[in-house]
Amino acid sequence: MSATNTKMQKLLTWVDERFPLTSSWKAHLSEYYAPKNFNFWYFFGSLALLVLVIQIVTGIFLVMHFKPDASVNASGVPVAFASVEYIMRDVPWGWLIRYMHSTGASAFFIVVYLHMFRGMIYGSYRKPRELIWIFGMIIFLCLMAEAFFGYLLPWGQMSYWGAQVIVNLFSAIPFIGPDLSLWLRGDYVVGDATLNRFFAFHVIAVPLVLVGLVVAHIIALHEVGSNNPDGVEIKKKKGADGIPLDGIPFHPYYTVKDIVGVVVFLMVFSIVIFFMPEAGGYFIEANNFFPADPLQTPPHIAPVWYFTPFYSILRAVTYPLFGIDAKFWGVVAMGASAIIFVFLPWLDRSPAKSIRYRGPIYKSFLAAFLVSFFTLGYLGVLPPTPARTLVSQLCAMVYFAFFLLMPVYSSIDKCKPEPDRVTEK
Amino acid sequence: MKKIFTALLLAPILAFAGGAELHLDRAPDRSNDKAALQNGAKIFVNYCLNCHSASYMRYGRLKDIGLTDQQIKDNLLFTADKVGEPMRIAMRRADARAWFGAAPPDLTVIARARSSEFGSGADWLYTYLRTFYRDEERPTGWNNVVFENVGMPHVLWELQGDQVMGEDHKLKLVRPGQLTPQKYDDMVADLVGFLQYMGEPAANTRKSLGWIVLIFLGVLLVFAYALKRNYWKDIH
Amino acid sequence: MSCDEKVDCGRRRLLVATAALGGVAGVATVVPLVASMMPSERAKAAGAPVEADISKLLPGQMMTVEWRGKPVWIINRTPEMLASLKKIDDKVSDPNSDKPMQPDYCKNETRSIKPDILVAVGICTHLGCSPSERFKTGAESGIDPDWPGGFFCPCHGSTFDLAGRVYKSKPAPDNLEIPPHMYLGDARIVIGEDKTGA
Repeated sequence: MSATNTKMQKLLTWVDERFPLTSSWKAHLSEYYAPKNFNFWYFFGSLALLVLVIQIVTGIFLVMHFKPDASVNASGVPVAFASVEYIMRDVPWGWLIRYMHSTGASAFFIVVYLHMFRGMIYGSYRKPRELIWIFGMIIFLCLMAEAFFGYLLPWGQMSYWGAQVIVNLFSAIPFIGPDLSLWLRGDYVVGDATLNRFFAFHVIAVPLVLVGLVVAHIIALHEVGSNNPDGVEIKKKKGADGIPLDGIPFHPYYTVKDIVGVVVFLMVFSIVIFFMPEAGGYFIEANNFFPADPLQTPPHIAPVWYFTPFYSILRAVTYPLFGIDAKFWGVVAMGASAIIFVFLPWLDRSPAKSIRYRGPIYKSFLAAFLVSFFTLGYLGVLPPTPARTLVSQLCAMVYFAFFLLMPVYSSIDKCKPEPDRVTEK
Repeated sequence: MKKIFTALLLAPILAFAGGAELHLDRAPDRSNDKAALQNGAKIFVNYCLNCHSASYMRYGRLKDIGLTDQQIKDNLLFTADKVGEPMRIAMRRADARAWFGAAPPDLTVIARARSSEFGSGADWLYTYLRTFYRDEERPTGWNNVVFENVGMPHVLWELQGDQVMGEDHKLKLVRPGQLTPQKYDDMVADLVGFLQYMGEPAANTRKSLGWIVLIFLGVLLVFAYALKRNYWKDIH
Repeated sequence: MSCDEKVDCGRRRLLVATAALGGVAGVATVVPLVASMMPSERAKAAGAPVEADISKLLPGQMMTVEWRGKPVWIINRTPEMLASLKKIDDKVSDPNSDKPMQPDYCKNETRSIKPDILVAVGICTHLGCSPSERFKTGAESGIDPDWPGGFFCPCHGSTFDLAGRVYKSKPAPDNLEIPPHMYLGDARIVIGEDKTGA
């Protein structure tokens, strides 16, 4: 026993002289001190990482069988569409891998939305964590691009018309718009060229950027240390040994805790995969079982659920402005609604970070924001009617008011004093 | 502010308004009835697989529903010569388009494609195949309640008989077919059950595997939670 | 595993149990991923048994059919060809077909079901090239003055006799593979399937 131990020790020393193995382990796990009061909301960071791994691994195996080819086979079905059904039927366990990937896409957004919400309520974007937040927001935007590119690949009706609509958004940009969307498609309609380039972006370009950003996100986090539900900087109170008094080593405490979160997540994930893979048409839309048909738009097309809040804002803009038509401003509003999160660190002027010590005004604004976000999301899956458009216009105003009025209301709000040390709740 | 909140509260109510309702009859569940699925397969091959392909479905896969290779070869293999081959048809797409105006769609995943907020794809198909009625204004002489101005004539009319649309917007059977309405519904249910099976042949495997996975994860959860408790007693 | 004050035994037991279960979960996840790389139903359908009609195959002639994308040779051997097999037992490396390169029913002198008809996969057991036929005997074959007829692999020079047995001191390690096959009547052979159901 001890002989092998010394041998292992020697090997480790040999590696450490050449690569910072032990020191990285310590810096990021065993001697990375995280606040001891993490609650439920703090599971979603590690879960996002888990889902990223699931998507990459299942994606690799799907690429082995998928064919990004819009041409029609002998039975009159587009090759790409047929290759997805080939995976679902002919490839051993292909159905499981495909469902993991399709469910993983939605799970990714659920987890990331909860992770972002955590950051919002506990002020995790505030100084000195602005860069973590910005990296995170770019990850979110990349994720939307990744999901959008991936959604075209099965080459069903929703894939096709979804891509058609989104690519045409770019044509709203004055002067260069029409040429820009032509360039994006590489054809006069969404076609084989579009499918192939979306495939390239989906399987290599965006994932590469995503992984890089995730690394940057974590490095930045470990540089400044984690925030916590009290919004207290644990590094301000250190013991004689230089360790934050409210800090505990990430490993083993948060690793064992995150494992529990992972198992619970996997149970929910499995329920969807094995018992309701379409999730009532929200994760896999029924219309996408019809192959893409450029001559016939389905009667009602809606984006996948994770895009619908932003899509509703696009549809809510119905007035031309400054001589430019509503279509352009809709695109601007939609883009702004996704990007505006980036500015949170500078919009928030509250003396308190965490919602626990914030006043009633912030809480009301946050509640209104949440309600409008969900309402927009819900309206986005429905076909528009005048009444719905009116509601989505109101919600869009609330949505933007939450951000744009924040410098005012957050500074006049009545906050409770923040404690010196973290609290147990 | 108050107005906005009132509007927000009203949002779900407003949102529900609008949109045409489509009433669908519920298709009986045949997913675990192998005899019914085999009957459905026979009907599919005899009545549908002349114009519609099921090109992602291999004949050999019918072993799932309790058939042997030899049974498949003897009774169902009309459009191919090996059981490993998919259910293709001889009709060319261009010809089909010339004859029917549109090429008949591939039916492999039709039961999944037809699902909607009004019911499952099976419900839609079950209702569709039972609600053809005579309409002299259509080129085929047939129309349908859930698929208005459908291109397909009523292929099963000899079995069901002739229905017409009454003044009260209800269907009336004016000339009975070879089967009683009860038997016809039963047969359609078998066919739809088969279409649903074909839409996702792995569905039964998926569900039974799901229970095993969940039970296993449940056990793992017990241990993972105990481990977490054990470590965290240092902290609290 | 000793339990002293330093080691929390309950904790260690839990750790081992959780790690073991987690390991099982990990393996169970890897299995479908790995299995997905096995031949699909399409590949299996393409690799289904093939039938060959040998009624027109004259003695001394050879025909090739494709099975699972590989050439399968069917050779109608003349009595002289068969007679030559026995004479070269000492020149081939596995004269009695002891290695499992054929179904049991072909583990005999002629490596075949019917003595005259040889069915063999025409892929060299060295690195997968397809040997070419050299039925001409003696010096005319360009191989050896004593050459009794057989096959020559152009890639690395392995030679095989008319029963697909590999000659000694050649790169190929094994005799040519005999695929599972069976007769449907006198003149029809099914390759890829036999009475054992394989």
